[in-house]
Amino acid sequence: MKIKVEPRADPTWKQTLAVTVFSALLALPIIAVIFWGFHVNPLEAYSVIFEGAFGDWYGVSETLTKSIPLMLCAVGLSVAFQTGFYNIGAEGQLLMGAIFSTYVALRWGSLPSIIIIPAMLIAGFIGGGLWGLIPTYLRVRFETNEVITTLMMNYIATKALEYLVFGPWKGADEWGFPYTSKFHVNTWIPTWGFTRIHTPTLVFAVLSGIVLYLVLNRTKIGFETRIVGKNPEAARYLGISYQRIFMIVMLISGGLAGIAGFGEIAGIQHRLRPGISPGYGFTAIIVAWLGRLHPLSTMLVAVLFGGLLVGGEMLQIRLGLPSATIQLFNGVFLLTILSGEYLLRNRIKIEWREDQ
Amino acid sequence: MTLIEMKNISKYFPPNITALEKVDFTAEPGEIHCLLGENGAGKTTLMNILYGLYKADKGTVKFEGNQVEINSPRDAIDLKIGMVHQHFRLVKRHTVAENIALGLRCDNSLFPLPEVKARIKQVSERYGLSVEPDAYIWELSVGEQQRVEIIKVLCRDIKVLILDEPTSILTPQETETLFNALQLMKQEDIAIIFITHKLDEVMTFSDTVTVLRKGRNVDTVQTKTVDKKSLAKLMVGRDVLFRVEKSEACPAEPVLEINALQAFDDSGLVALDGFSLSVCGGEILGIAGVSGNGQRELVEVITGLRKKTGGMVKISGVDISGLKPGQIAEIGVAHIPEDRIHRGSVPDMRVLDNLMLRDYKQYSKGLLLDAETMRSQSSEMIKEYNIDTPALETPIKLLSGGNIQKVILARELHGSPSLIIASHPTYGLDVGATEQIRKTLLAQRDSGAGVLLISEDLDEIMELSDRVVVIYEGRIMGEVTPETDVSEIGLLMSGGNQ
Repeated sequence: MKIKVEPRADPTWKQTLAVTVFSALLALPIIAVIFWGFHVNPLEAYSVIFEGAFGDWYGVSETLTKSIPLMLCAVGLSVAFQTGFYNIGAEGQLLMGAIFSTYVALRWGSLPSIIIIPAMLIAGFIGGGLWGLIPTYLRVRFETNEVITTLMMNYIATKALEYLVFGPWKGADEWGFPYTSKFHVNTWIPTWGFTRIHTPTLVFAVLSGIVLYLVLNRTKIGFETRIVGKNPEAARYLGISYQRIFMIVMLISGGLAGIAGFGEIAGIQHRLRPGISPGYGFTAIIVAWLGRLHPLSTMLVAVLFGGLLVGGEMLQIRLGLPSATIQLFNGVFLLTILSGEYLLRNRIKIEWREDQ
Repeated sequence: MTLIEMKNISKYFPPNITALEKVDFTAEPGEIHCLLGENGAGKTTLMNILYGLYKADKGTVKFEGNQVEINSPRDAIDLKIGMVHQHFRLVKRHTVAENIALGLRCDNSLFPLPEVKARIKQVSERYGLSVEPDAYIWELSVGEQQRVEIIKVLCRDIKVLILDEPTSILTPQETETLFNALQLMKQEDIAIIFITHKLDEVMTFSDTVTVLRKGRNVDTVQTKTVDKKSLAKLMVGRDVLFRVEKSEACPAEPVLEINALQAFDDSGLVALDGFSLSVCGGEILGIAGVSGNGQRELVEVITGLRKKTGGMVKISGVDISGLKPGQIAEIGVAHIPEDRIHRGSVPDMRVLDNLMLRDYKQYSKGLLLDAETMRSQSSEMIKEYNIDTPALETPIKLLSGGNIQKVILARELHGSPSLIIASHPTYGLDVGATEQIRKTLLAQRDSGAGVLLISEDLDEIMELSDRVVVIYEGRIMGEVTPETDVSEIGLLMSGGNQ
């Protein structure tokens, strides 16, 4: 027997869409095996997930709430990945944004909302952006591998956050918990009705996706960004500085992740504490790839993955499944999508003849 | 017995490009069979099908009388078919021996290097193709790299050797060496398929010629029954001029002045050592020389891609020290790079974008790109330069080499530059595209631009240049006129009168 891999011609967008959807669906029977292992009917599990995420207004509102940080991180990542900068550090950038915002909230929290909330947003952008720029500078100056450095910066950010909430920023009235004090009410981002959707951040996330899409396709800097991403050598020949492009792109990518961190603390937690993100920055990597690094489709995928997170909580509550089940979901999705992508570009042939 | 018989081969590329339509091709053992045609005629596509890189949409392939399915280069190698591509597939950071070891089956598969080196030695002696097994690929000139590719194929036992435009980058002497090697292979009953569009080559050493035009068979003939003129007509479908009409040069002020220039190559060795020349407006200065003698470094210093370590370069009176490539382009320097795919274009982007890689700054309103002007300007360029593309939106990688080069030319020459740096501008292009590109360069000269022409194609240098200098080991060996005897130039090119 002989297994062969042959390249195929470039797929059309219709083929790409069909294969992506099919591969995503293919994940369902695979995960079903796990549900069986827990003696849960997979169909019931899927209906719990779907109903939990999209079945009622509460579910939809929670889905949207969770899609906000995913969207912000993933939109930024899609641009970074397109440029050829493999930013694995959105999680750390998110946390750093939260830390910077917290500083502003703790120090000037009693200022009127109209001033303090935008100030926290800007601080979040700066925090995430700076955290993204450190590995970028190392890359353009010393040619370090950004996959490693951005990944490691996540752990530094996590530890920095823990140091702050266990140490200097620990709230006096928090019964010894590693939390900062609750922020002044002026810093709370208004939410929509009785939901937890912090609308201004959601609007900001959607706008950032649209704006980035337009910037990439309609502006000079976007044109240069695409050239750098698609052929760095041509960019050099044309006199386009990839260093400059990388710095700009990562300021934006990190900054958006930082704003996601700002949204979580100012819109939901109203304080800084460990665990404000259940890995939004990592899930966003999957979201960006599933969205084919296109800012607009990435936003849709972010909503789907928000739903998956909410549905996963429902699995825990209604069926008593472990919370890791949903991470398994994400993992299998990534696996089937990447395999689909590979098969889209290559054809596998098995020959049973023994004579060769 | 017929070794290879391809019948009714058709190949289509989406969205609507027909690369090949019902093409037949045969090859016999011990035969040198030229595959002749313009760029985009489908020569390379046909051979890529034979080598398993593409799959034919229709048609059959027979090998030694048996129908075969060649789905990957692995299958082709198993059938003892070898191919040397026009764009080399070598790992630059590895040595010659390491590159050859890749994909070679050895008895000692854990430590194959000694065996590989022995085989390299054996093959290079047998065919007179010398190469240093421990040299790194990036240290080698294009000509030497090609030799590595050929040896890589010969190290396997082969019955068919496909060569895709092998001579476009070789000096006359190197070409001679290659032809001698091919004669030896011919005696060993290897079928040699030689993709080319150089009529002289076809006439001197091939046995059979198959001519393709626009993806269709035109004719297959015995070489001794035809002459150059009739082949050219078969290939292009019309009569072609072999000489480009050229008027007297009228040199104006110097546009490029280089004095005692020094620069290193990638490996930190001296590449340019006290190099001086000047190019005036309204003239073409040709630089003849074997590649790897400092030409690439010279071009990169002038265009700002490489730092000089000494000396002076002035363009239109401006000292370019410390200027970036973009700033130098703005002084009025057009650069037609030697690597048109990896440097001169962005393969995944549309023809439209590739035409606008320089002018986008100019066609914008504030930060926004002016899509309409870009589109209308591109359409004009496509008309003016006769670029054959299905649409403005087609990714440029789907175009043929000649059309890609025309896109680069259209882009670089737009806005009448005062200095044009042309590196191997017609390398690998067919007669039609070559003629057009040479005429364009002459027209630029006549309108007052200075042209620095770097080429290994001596005929091209002699035909186009008003003055010729010969470069050897980073220095100018001498200046000659285009009327000088080729053998004298050949001597200078190899550092002969030192």
